[in-house]
Amino acid sequence: MMEALRDLLTDANVRWVLIGTLLLGISSGLLGCFAMLRRRSLMGDVLAHTALPGVAVAFMLTQTKSVLPLLVGAVIAGLVSTACVDVITRYSRIKEDTAQGLVLTVFFGVGVVLLTHVARTGAAGQSGLNRFLFGQAASLIGNDVKVIAVAAVILTVLIVAFFKEFKLLAFDRGFGEGMGINMLALDRLLMLMVVVGVSIGLQAVGVVLMSSLLVTPAAAARYWTDRLEHMLLLAAAFGGVSGIVGTVVSLFGTRLATGPLIVLAATGLFVLSLIFGSRRGLLRKVLHQLRVRDRVARENLLRVLYETYETTGVDRGAEGFARHPVPETVLAVRMGLRPRTLRRVVRIAERFGWLTVQRAAGDPNVGRLIMLTNEGLAEAQQVTRRHRLWEMYLMYEADFAVDHVDRDADDIEHYLPPDVVEELERRLQMEGREPIVPPSVHPL
Amino acid sequence: MMIEDFWVLLTASLVASSCGFIGSFLVLRKMAMVGDAISHSVLLGIVLAFLLTQQLGGIAMFIGAALMGLFTTFVIQLLHQGGAQEDAAIGVTFTGLFALGVVLLSLYASNVHLDTEHVLFGEIAYVPWDILVWNGIELGPRAVWTVGGAFLLTLVVTGLFFKEFKLCAFDPAYALTLGIPVTLFHYVQMTLVSLTTVAAFDSVGAVLGVAMLIVPGATAYLLTDKLERMLLLSVVVGVLSAVLGYGFAVWLDVSISGAMASAAGFVFALAFLFSPRSGIIPTAWRRRRVLSGDGAEA
Repeated sequence: MMEALRDLLTDANVRWVLIGTLLLGISSGLLGCFAMLRRRSLMGDVLAHTALPGVAVAFMLTQTKSVLPLLVGAVIAGLVSTACVDVITRYSRIKEDTAQGLVLTVFFGVGVVLLTHVARTGAAGQSGLNRFLFGQAASLIGNDVKVIAVAAVILTVLIVAFFKEFKLLAFDRGFGEGMGINMLALDRLLMLMVVVGVSIGLQAVGVVLMSSLLVTPAAAARYWTDRLEHMLLLAAAFGGVSGIVGTVVSLFGTRLATGPLIVLAATGLFVLSLIFGSRRGLLRKVLHQLRVRDRVARENLLRVLYETYETTGVDRGAEGFARHPVPETVLAVRMGLRPRTLRRVVRIAERFGWLTVQRAAGDPNVGRLIMLTNEGLAEAQQVTRRHRLWEMYLMYEADFAVDHVDRDADDIEHYLPPDVVEELERRLQMEGREPIVPPSVHPL
Repeated sequence: MMIEDFWVLLTASLVASSCGFIGSFLVLRKMAMVGDAISHSVLLGIVLAFLLTQQLGGIAMFIGAALMGLFTTFVIQLLHQGGAQEDAAIGVTFTGLFALGVVLLSLYASNVHLDTEHVLFGEIAYVPWDILVWNGIELGPRAVWTVGGAFLLTLVVTGLFFKEFKLCAFDPAYALTLGIPVTLFHYVQMTLVSLTTVAAFDSVGAVLGVAMLIVPGATAYLLTDKLERMLLLSVVVGVLSAVLGYGFAVWLDVSISGAMASAAGFVFALAFLFSPRSGIIPTAWRRRRVLSGDGAEA
């Protein structure tokens, strides 16, 4: 097996094909990022289909199957189709998605008509169409690959050269216009680049699946980062890897077309990113949610304990109040938690050293007793204070700057200016709800 | 006109009507590309059903395709809710599922009649020779029955829940406050889309199926503001495109499906230019009249 692979890789033509699909994957990954940010991910799908009539006409005119004339035909058809989508959305109430679907199917229908016309005149067989649809990178010959490679390199260089401008186009068009950059021309340039990118890709992966190379690597990269630079690098890497993997597998299992395999490789990377993505991946989200849930439960436990101490008639004097054990069952009722959930929260809090658990001696009906430690009491006081400050804040919300609020905030001081916190504390004192802590706990 | 022409035209008209009808809702709900996505990914459903039952056609294929269509919309929805852009979610989902379908097909079923070309283009010209026989009685082309059945089902379901569908299409938030299970109706509608597409796929191919799903609805959308009229118009436009396309295909001896899709585009272009309500030319003419002051007394 490894031997076969080595043989494969030393074949000059195979190496060209691999270089071609690698460059193709990289350039479409890069272009796809910008297409996605401009909310035009599906333009790849549209362009790949609408290239068909262009290719058919180019073939009818030149009677050759070499890449360059077909590429020109595809690019022209692509430009006409984007113009159609623009005109339809601008001059009627039809929305972009419908316009895209419409142009896609009609152009493709026209292409099929032209192709059957060509086939009837006997110049080209159905095999041409099949290759156009599904791609057969393995059958590419040296010159074709060179055209693809050169175009892909030009696209990549353009993206790097105009990186700042494209970034502006994606995120703040108005600002770019204010800087005196011709954003409309830039948008057109990007579209032209997408058209060219799709047109060269058609040769290797085919119509139906070229759209994938444009969307999937970019969408996968999005799960890992919020920075455009990183996203571009990742998408290029994903695209390149998909291209290589798909091509190698295709050359092995000779019966399989390259296109679907490249797409499957890209989709596999997407699924991995969806699950493990370090920025928006599912796993991270679930872990984050669990952490938040635990923290909320923990803080609630502390607060409920603190408030139990507060309300069980302990003197709020300077010496604070004595800690005493509270039955777990009472806590469960007050917190509205099932005993098993509460037990888990208690265990975690115990590990933090915030409370101690004892069995009630003598009375089996009482069950376990919970008591705060000194550190626990200090923490509980902080939690309760924060909670009440937020309560105060929300009660008098109208009086303060609303745009400063982040209710998930753990430390109110981080989110509200000091004078507002002072004001809130004053109000807490006024209402006699300020949490008091025995001085011994504050060994400052 | 020969009987074969009649069957082809009838099948095409049924495809155009059923796709145009359900497609109108897709156009209204800005889900045209979801329709495109479903029409691609049902291939995987068909292939899986074939691999499980080793049988082409029949109820298993329908169920497989319909389930896959639902699965597609479900995945798109999930990815979208998980923070992915909607267009990206659509693109990733259908290309992945389609690629899987193509690979499975060439791995396990490469020598059956279900080759990719057939699935993508169908060939409506062969429709009259695929006859449904039941108890020894010839009942006409199978395609007429499958497409007709899908259309009938769509009509019945839409008729039963017309108000709900209408509300969900125009104001889903309001529908939700009225207690209408919007999500449920969404999936009901997507099931209809999948069934319609797979019926069309099998008999006329994906090109025509998707074209008829989007183009007649979009054309009708330019011609009227009322949903009832839009549905009716989409059917009329669909049938008109089918007839025009067929004539064109016979005249030039080219692909019938392709010609019908082209004809649908032609009809759309006419509506886009000349629709009395919103067409480019009547609008420009009205504007000129207003600007030159002729419209002042009107």
